[in-house]
Order: sequence, then structure tokens, then C-alpha cells
Amino acid sequence: MADIDPTDLFSDYTATGYYCELTGSKAQPADHNDLLVDRLRRMSSEELVRRSRIAERELFNLGITFTVYSERESIDRILPFDVVPRVISAADWKILESGSIQRVAALNLFLKDIYNDQKILKDGVIPRDLVVGNKNFREQMMGVKVPHDTYVHVCGIDVVRDADGNFLVLEDNARCPSGVSYVVENRHMMQRTFPDLMSDIGIRPVSSYGQMLLEACSEIAPEGVDDPTVVLLSPGTFNSAYFEHIFLAREMGVPLVEGRDLIVENDRVFMKTISGLRPVHTIYRRIDDDYLDPEVFRPDSMLGVPGLMRAYRAGNLGLANAVGTGVADDKAVYAYMPRIIRYYLDEEPILSNVETYICREPEGLKYTLDNMADLVVKPVGESGGYGVVIGPKSSEAELAESRAKVIENPENFISQPMIKLSVCPTLIEGILEPRHVDLRPFAVTGKKTWVLPGGLTRVAIRRGSLVVNSSQGGGSKDTWVMES
Amino acid sequence: MNDLLSRYAECVFWMARYVERAENVARILDVHETFTRDRTGSVNWSSVVTIHADDERFYATHPQASAKAVVDFYLLDPENPTSIFSSIRAARDNARTLRPLISTEMWTHINVFYNTMKSMTPADVSMTGLSQTCSIIKENCQTHFGITEGTFYRDASWYFYLMGKYLERADQTSRILDIKYNILTPREPADASAIDASQWNALLRSVAGYHAFRRTHPRGLSPAAVAQFLLFDSSFPRSVTMCFRQVDDMVHRLRARFGLRNGAVALERLDEVRAAMDQHTIDDVLREGLHEFSDWIQRQALDLTADIQRDFFG
Repeated sequence: MADIDPTDLFSDYTATGYYCELTGSKAQPADHNDLLVDRLRRMSSEELVRRSRIAERELFNLGITFTVYSERESIDRILPFDVVPRVISAADWKILESGSIQRVAALNLFLKDIYNDQKILKDGVIPRDLVVGNKNFREQMMGVKVPHDTYVHVCGIDVVRDADGNFLVLEDNARCPSGVSYVVENRHMMQRTFPDLMSDIGIRPVSSYGQMLLEACSEIAPEGVDDPTVVLLSPGTFNSAYFEHIFLAREMGVPLVEGRDLIVENDRVFMKTISGLRPVHTIYRRIDDDYLDPEVFRPDSMLGVPGLMRAYRAGNLGLANAVGTGVADDKAVYAYMPRIIRYYLDEEPILSNVETYICREPEGLKYTLDNMADLVVKPVGESGGYGVVIGPKSSEAELAESRAKVIENPENFISQPMIKLSVCPTLIEGILEPRHVDLRPFAVTGKKTWVLPGGLTRVAIRRGSLVVNSSQGGGSKDTWVMES
Repeated sequence: MNDLLSRYAECVFWMARYVERAENVARILDVHETFTRDRTGSVNWSSVVTIHADDERFYATHPQASAKAVVDFYLLDPENPTSIFSSIRAARDNARTLRPLISTEMWTHINVFYNTMKSMTPADVSMTGLSQTCSIIKENCQTHFGITEGTFYRDASWYFYLMGKYLERADQTSRILDIKYNILTPREPADASAIDASQWNALLRSVAGYHAFRRTHPRGLSPAAVAQFLLFDSSFPRSVTMCFRQVDDMVHRLRARFGLRNGAVALERLDEVRAAMDQHTIDDVLREGLHEFSDWIQRQALDLTADIQRDFFG
């Protein structure tokens, strides 16, 4: 560290071969960041490290943590926070915003169709068994009318950027996407520790998320309810996302309830208060379908509320997100998203998928088998990166094993090329080094869709790592969307 | 705003109780050590164990009640549910559940307090000194109460907070008095010279009551007067009478303000308890036995807790 010029943090920084979120690439320099880069250059490494420590200490004291349980005790950890922000230009944001809105619209039309007329299946655009045979397809939703035909009220769309600077959708999260609390808390943290870095840059605020979500939840309350009671349903304090549930309940100004606080009587939902039972009209639930109602789904669930589905089907309850949205963010269905967008909207996708080869289709299977060593092969039913085989990083034996699995059961697999994920300067042991990042913008939909100007930027802290998940050493950054 | 979740009401009640409990256990340890310091010969630490009705659990893991064993047991032992550490952990667990309700300042303080306690070792305590350690704990508890007073929104939960705090305090004041009274009172009441004024002084100081006591009793200091003060004084914030009056007041105000019909059983019991407190003089108490009277107070606190539990937390 001693031989680094302390006055210029960027003197040794290079991101050759990748698109850099702060400096751009040779072909596309990111001029809009000149002021920020200049300010960072004037900051010493010591100063950056010092403030970084203050920020992490504060996150810990504020309890912005996730809890790791071992046999004997529980340990609170913060999600590592990197102080160098990721910036999105106004022009890029326009693409991300309109692309997200388009995608949510298609997802909602798709869900409405498959739970009603199933025209898309009849027209053969997407294989029937892929949808109705999917373990996240909920028979109980057939024919259920949901307000404004909105199923996906909160959608987190994972986006990456390739070496040419193009945004590509990696996956849709249409069930209970998490992470939005970090978007807002990271901004607050930056405002406290780096006011000098942020002043006059023109960053779009992110603080209205809770109010927008409350509005959407109010819009889906049962008809005739003027001043609906909205609650947030959490699995409880042991859930690793509990901090986020607290955050959202506070921002929305609604009670944070657990299943045991609710009861269903005459197909209506009530919460247990000190003055007896009070009606509940909309539930923003952070519990998976499986645990929501033991009468209908897993009978052993202690987290849910018996009878919730009765109230929902009777139209006495708004539920965000709707039941059964998991079928839309499934990896197998993801591969069909460009076709789904064209089918319902008659538009070209604004945000492309990562090129995806569907092994249940003969040409996709052939391409996959011919190019195994260069491709990432993913099983469709799994989540969290389970069972993924990264061709360029696999041995001959691993590739042979993967090939055998694909041949045996082609409909279980898709494959994609390796993406050279964009990078962002990240403070590593006192110097700035490029690290891979992704982005999860959040779209909120009641009557119509609003996209939070920002998003969760996750960063893979380990050198060369492409894995940004918090469970595997990923951290996060503040994400700035420029006003102009 | 009477849509306070029953579960939240319960958590608020207990959060306040646990912080109050931690403060009082710190006071007990502190005053006990003060006694040790002032005396030649040993002070019996086993009484601290007895007063908490912890004999069985304590002696299961400790051969005898040495000063160190008792201090460790009540200060930092995570396995002992009555230790200060356990109380702060429980208070913080409740605060975590209550985060949507409490102020960020309240949460941050108790979170930091908990982390301070968690990283404290017996070696730290002997380095810092027990008295200093107890001061740190007391001050943190008082900071919690202060932040709460200044930032906690006054809806129904506020009344549950104060109910919890004062019920716990009534219980703890009776314990502190009980433990000391038996140690300090000479067998022969007539033998006034045997009364160790400095010890009674220390007892009053342990509940921050010395100065207030002096204002009401400018001359002299008798065990009966001290006991009377801690049990019955109508203005001392830690007296049992004062605590029960506060609880009574909170239940009344909660019901009136939010038009609640529940809580009647607790109010009935509070009427009886307050009447009994009013009718007893300190002479009655000492004649019938202070220990028995303390037990009675603790039983009332227990029954009131059950009433509140049944009526509001269901």
C-alpha cells in the first residue's frame, strides 16, 4: 500500500476487458461520472478507509444485519457495504425503467392468462407441461380474479451488463424479492458519511419506496373499503430478512404481523389487538405460498394463517404478491420471456434476456451439447445457483457428467453463454480494484407500475468471483440514478 | 389508534421490565459489594441468591456462594435467566420484535448496550471493578428510560411500557429491602448502638434514595424509618406504594383514553393491593415480618402480571 500514490486512488485501477460502471470502457467512456471520479481522486486512501469503517460500525449499531445461527448462539452480521457508489446515467436508466415496466406488464398478462383462459398454452407459444406441470403453478388460483389484474406487485429484476455495456436480464423475481431495504439504507449511510461526495451531483432520491408500496397495497384492497388496513406479514424475528420486514413496515407505517397475530372468521381476516379483533384488508406478505395457509398448502406450516385462501378467493383480502406468481419467475419460463413479451404486448423486449438455449427444443439441445465447455448449464427447477455447471471452469469429467444429465433429461435444462459481468471500483484493503456487480431494480405495481430510481447493486468482493449472493461473501453498494 | 397488536403490547411490557430488572440487579450487586468493602470479615453473598429464589439452580453448578461465583452468576452468565446479561438480551430481543414501533434511537441504544454486555468478560469486570461495572449498567438502563421518555410515541403501548417498568420496580424494591433488612437488623431491637448507620446509608444510596430520605428525615436514621420510606413513601419514585399507584394510574388511563373494557380484573386487584398498602403501618409490617410482607408484594406483582396478560395479551 505504501507505494500507491495516496492522492490518487485511481492510479492503479484498470478494468480491461470489462465494462466499468464508473469509468465506462474505451469505446464508451462514462463522462457523466467525471465529477464523482474527480472527487474520489482527491480523497486519500486513509480517508476512504476511515469513513468506510465508520459506515460499517454504524450499520452494525443500527442493527442493519442478518442473523447467522449456529448451534449455541446467534451472530449478527452486516452485509458488507462498499463505499464507492455505482452510478447509472439518466439515459441508461430510461432503458432499465421502461424495460422493467414492460417486463412486469408481460408477467402480469401471462399470469392472468395461465390462471384463466390459457390462450398462450393453446397457441403453443410455451409448452403446457412447463406451466401447469411446474411445481410453482397453483391450481387454487384458477379463475380467481385479482384487482387490476395485477399479480406481481413487487418485482425484482436481476440485470447484468456485458462487456459492450448492454443490459441483460438474468432472472425475474416475482415471488418475495428482497433487498430493497439496503437500497434505501445504503443511501442514508452515504448521505451521512459522504455528503461531500454527493453534493450537487443530482442523484434521484429513493426514499419514497415505502409510500409507493403502501399506495399499491391500498389500491388492491377489497372493493368498497375506503381506508384499508394494510399489514406486512413476516415469518418472524428468526427470518434472515427480518430487518427488511421491519424497515418496510416502518416506511409504510403499517403493523408488522406474524401468522399468529391473524385469524380468519367468516372468510374475513382480522388481527388480534388489545381491543379485540380488527379487520385487515391487504397483506403484503413476505412468506412463500407454501407456508401461507395450512388449510390449502403445507398443513404443517406454523407461519401462515388457516383460512387465508378462503378470504382471498372470496375477494375479502388483497394479497401482494398474489399466490402462484412463482411459475412466472421459473428458470424454464424465463427462457420464453422474450416470446411472452411479443405474444402479449406485440413489442420487442426492451431488456434482452441473456441468450438462452432451451434444451427441450432440438436446436437448443444440439447447441448446448456441442458447446458445453463454453456454456453455463442450469437446471430449471432449482434456485440459488444450485446444480449450475460453469463450462469454462469445469473439468472434463464434470462436463461429461453434465452432458449425460442433459441427454437423459433435456427438458430439465437450459444453457447460457458466460457473460463478462461489468465491474465497479471497490475498496479492497485500501485500494480500488474492479469487482463484478449486478443490479436489482424494484418495480411496484398496483393500478400501474412504478420503478424505484435506483436498485440493489450487489458486488462480488472476492477477486474474480462472479457470485454476488450475500450468503457467499457478496456485498452491496449505493446505486445512484442521475437526474440528467 | 387502539389497534395495537396484543403481541406488541406484551413485548413492550416485558422490554421495560427487563431493563428495569437489569438496573435493579446491578443495584443489588453494587450495594452488596459496598457492604463488603466497609466491613471487616465476610459478607454473606448467599442472600443474593436466596432473594432471587435461585438456590436450586445456583448450587447445581456452584459449590458455594463465593463473591466471585455470585457476581459472575448475576452479571454475565448467559445460562442464568436472572443474570443482567440475560435481562438485556431479553430486552433487546423484545426491542427487535418491536422495531416497527419503537424509535430508532431506542433500538440503536439497546442494541449497542447488548453488544457491550455480550463482549464483557469476568476479567473485564475485575479490571474495571464491580462498582464501576454496575455504574455502567445502571447508566445504560437509565439512558434507555431517558431515550424512551423523549422519543417513544404515546399511543397505547406507552401505558404498557410504564406498567411493566413499575411492576418490576415494585418487585425489585421489595427484594432489595428484604435482603438487607435481615442482614442489618440486630436481633435485639433495643440495642440501638448495634445499628450500623453507614450500612443503612449504603442501602438508601443503592436505590438513589439517601438524599430524598434525608429531606424527609433530617435527623437520625432507624431501620424502621428506612423500611417505611422504601415501602410506603408517597413521593419516592422507587417506593412500592408509588410503583403500585403508577400501575393503577396507567391501567385507568389506558382504559379511559382508548375506551377499553378489558383490564377490570387488574384494576380490582390494584384496588385491594393499594388499600392493603394504605392500611399497613411500618410497625405492623415489622411485627408480622418484613420478609413475609415482601413476599406478599412479590406475589401481588405476579398476580397483576397474570391479570394484564390475560386481559390484554391473550
